[in-house]
Amino acid sequence: MPAAPVSPLEVTVGIVLFWLAIGLLGILRPKRPDAITRIVYPLGAIAGVALAVVGLVAIGLPWKGMVLPLGLPDLPFHLRLDALSAFFLLLLGATSAGISCYATGYFAGQQHGDPGLTCLQYHWFLAAMALVLIADDAYLFMVAWEAMALTSYFLVTTEHNDPEIRKAGFIYLLIAHIGAIAILLCFGVLHGGQGDYTFDAMRGAQLPGNWATIAFLLALVGFGAKAGIVPLHVWLPEAHPAAPSPVSALLSGVMLKTAIYGLFRVTYDLLPAVHWEWGLITLVVAVVTTLFGVLFALMQHDLKRLLAYHSVENIGIILIGFGLSLIYLGTGHPLLAVLGLIAALYHTLNHAVFKALLFLGAGAVLRESGLRDLGKMGGLMRVMPYTAFFFLVGALAISALPPLNGFVSEWLTFQAALLSPALQHGVLRSIIPLAAAALALAGALTAMCFVKVFGVAFLGVPRSVEAVGGREAGRWEQLGMAWLAALCVILGLCPVWMIGLMDPIALSLLDYSLAYTNASTHWLWLTPVSPDRASYSPVLFFIVIVAVVLAAFWLVRLLYHGRLRRTAPWDCGYPEQNARMQDTAEGFAQPIRQIFAPVYEIESHHPDPFDRLPRYVTKVRDHCWRWIYLPIAHAAAFCSRALGRIQTGRVAVYLMYSFATIIFLLAFVR
Amino acid sequence: MTLGGALNQLVQLLLVAVAAPLLVGWVNACRAWLQNKSAPSPLQPYRVLRKLLHKDVALAENATWLFRFAPYIIFGCMWLVAGIVPVLATDLPFAAAADVIALVGIFAVARVFISLAAMDIGTAFGTLGARREMLIGALAEPALLIIFFNFALISQSTSLTTIVETLAYREFALYPSLAFAAVAFVIVLLAENARIPVDNPATHLELTMVHEALILEYSARHLALIEWASAIKLFAYCAIGIACFLPWGIAEAGDWGALPLAIVAAAVKLTVAGAGLALMETVSAKMRIFRVPEFVATAFMLAMLGLLLHYVFEV
Repeated sequence: MPAAPVSPLEVTVGIVLFWLAIGLLGILRPKRPDAITRIVYPLGAIAGVALAVVGLVAIGLPWKGMVLPLGLPDLPFHLRLDALSAFFLLLLGATSAGISCYATGYFAGQQHGDPGLTCLQYHWFLAAMALVLIADDAYLFMVAWEAMALTSYFLVTTEHNDPEIRKAGFIYLLIAHIGAIAILLCFGVLHGGQGDYTFDAMRGAQLPGNWATIAFLLALVGFGAKAGIVPLHVWLPEAHPAAPSPVSALLSGVMLKTAIYGLFRVTYDLLPAVHWEWGLITLVVAVVTTLFGVLFALMQHDLKRLLAYHSVENIGIILIGFGLSLIYLGTGHPLLAVLGLIAALYHTLNHAVFKALLFLGAGAVLRESGLRDLGKMGGLMRVMPYTAFFFLVGALAISALPPLNGFVSEWLTFQAALLSPALQHGVLRSIIPLAAAALALAGALTAMCFVKVFGVAFLGVPRSVEAVGGREAGRWEQLGMAWLAALCVILGLCPVWMIGLMDPIALSLLDYSLAYTNASTHWLWLTPVSPDRASYSPVLFFIVIVAVVLAAFWLVRLLYHGRLRRTAPWDCGYPEQNARMQDTAEGFAQPIRQIFAPVYEIESHHPDPFDRLPRYVTKVRDHCWRWIYLPIAHAAAFCSRALGRIQTGRVAVYLMYSFATIIFLLAFVR
Repeated sequence: MTLGGALNQLVQLLLVAVAAPLLVGWVNACRAWLQNKSAPSPLQPYRVLRKLLHKDVALAENATWLFRFAPYIIFGCMWLVAGIVPVLATDLPFAAAADVIALVGIFAVARVFISLAAMDIGTAFGTLGARREMLIGALAEPALLIIFFNFALISQSTSLTTIVETLAYREFALYPSLAFAAVAFVIVLLAENARIPVDNPATHLELTMVHEALILEYSARHLALIEWASAIKLFAYCAIGIACFLPWGIAEAGDWGALPLAIVAAAVKLTVAGAGLALMETVSAKMRIFRVPEFVATAFMLAMLGLLLHYVFEV
């Protein structure tokens, strides 16, 4: 191959600058916001496609570094594009292309906020995420990380006139900063007291004693806060519904993945050697997160909140693969570790695609009918058939149904878990099947949850006037959703190709890859270990299903007839029917609430037969608030009240404090 | 893919589709005998199918494409499942396309589509059926997966063909984990195929029905396809149980001489399984719907115990 005139890293920097520039366009011409929206967002989408192509190309190339003479005088910015970064750039580009396309239509008639400002924040948010992925020193990483947090905070609070949304933004910002502190401390530990803050120096640093474990735990907490592991997940169900829908899609689809990127970067790349105990901790956290996410998702009736809880669940699934990988790596089975890593990476990409798609679908419903409460929807498939179709694809994908993409990554995770007999440690290898069982349960519950969502929102009879008056989403929105739906199908049908693409990542991080096991078999067959052990061929599977369905259709039509007449629904002959006799979202999930009651904090009020004005109230809350967050909040309030006593408001007293501080410092710090 | 394999695959697909209603008819006849009723002919399901296929579809006014499309998907899924479970011989080319995890996935696809179709019209019974079906499925599906994991750990493979070959042709050994898995499997079979004590296939009493509530709005050819798919599903479950727990007699790849014996063995085992199912349905009573999750969760826990036992005893 002839040498390319520009390296992928330079192109990436160019795209970052381009995003920064077109963001500025948004505030330069606020006179005609609509024209700006119609030009700028498609440009951003094109840049997204370009970034995806760059990622695709760079993933197989050797890593490349670059030093930018920016930043502080002695601290230039280091950039680096290796296989792991390239993969996440691919994710960012491919997903954001669909979302930007959708945003073109969605923000065109924006009622809330300033469109120009939204445009600026949106594109700077994208640029910040891309910078996080190519940063090669702790300084640039933290700058980009904070830029990402701030731009997304302003995007979340776009509709800041609503106090609820301001509150959601505050919780988001708070937890983002708790996470940022932990990440900063993690880099401090990795730095090891010598050298500088480049990642290169950290790779070479020797960490004495338990410092590596401390660094890992700090990374898990720091990046986990951003990703939404339990109990740091509380910001997700607040911030995701508050943000405009394309932003929710970006937050859930892409931003959570930068946290996964950071965790992988620190663990596999920067830390010297992996201990299996880290994997065990991760696995336990992941299992709790997975089950917690799906069980709370089932209880929601606000569509976007429900999707946010599913993000918690999917982060758990990603971390199950990651935890398995660490356990295998720490016990000396690098080849199995590769399988875990690939399962985690694949699910990262899959979740980005289908969760973005689902948020966009929810956004289309919200924009066209003004509804976000499932209890008021119903029959939307008849007024918005395309949106319903794309949403169905996303719902089937997230429910891990073959032959779509969600199934492939869960399949890989199961395969990784089933290899646990290779381990020597008795307790360890019997804990892994528990993780597999949790994953199986979560998958089945997810399917239930999405039957609830799709059935209640898109099928059935409209439950409110707004649901009748909805209309189909615009062209741009449809295009964005179609792009993501197509990715769901492609990622589901071509896993062998995708895994071949991910092999360089495993090779660069773990020095092992699945390549030789795959090369011996056919492109059609996904056989991560050996063909005898397990095989899955989505293409063949898909062809057979389609063939069988068509054969059944054709045979029935040929041998019999296609006669059909329309009548009123039968419903066992009951004459009185109305829309309120259908299940609501709460009703559909009620058995789950009863079975898993201890998981929830339930406050319910049932009317008795003599109530004049019967009211039925059931509220489901998260135990984390009462047992973790409220005590901390009370303690913080108590401490600040106590400290408040020394704030007298007199300048002389404050000067005395300064004087005492200086004396103290002079005495102790010399 | 060998010619013999392709032939075997084709024969099995046809055989399963044709024989499945007979199994249902046999179970119904046995149950009637056991309950001292005069039994319908075992061929009755075929007559029902023929009648339904001849009728005109009466479709609800507000039905969408999903409602009309779902029966074909459900039928296709079940047929595919039946095509990859070894019944006569293990030499099935399609079987490599989907291992046991994918098999569970196909069942899930069918369940999701039948539930969505039930919610499409927006009747009270449809959503009730969908809710109950998804609830039972949400607990039965992981149980089935864990049962399969028991086999996967023994045979070190998630491919059904390899599992069956390992268990059928390796030297005989007793696996305590499989005893737990077997009990769990029977529970899952009852739950997933809408049999007593989880559901009553013969009822239209609104408070108790699950499967019948789901398909209440279907008529004529759509109903025929769904009923046929349910028959194939029962057949496939019995075949999975036989292939996993009693695999002896299934012909090895390329071993054409063993085929006649395999046919006899399969017929005998299915006949006994059908009679056993009828017996179980006769001696037990339908449960309250809220006892069902406990019942199915028992299967999940038993399968988990089997998995742990495997680690304790065998690895």
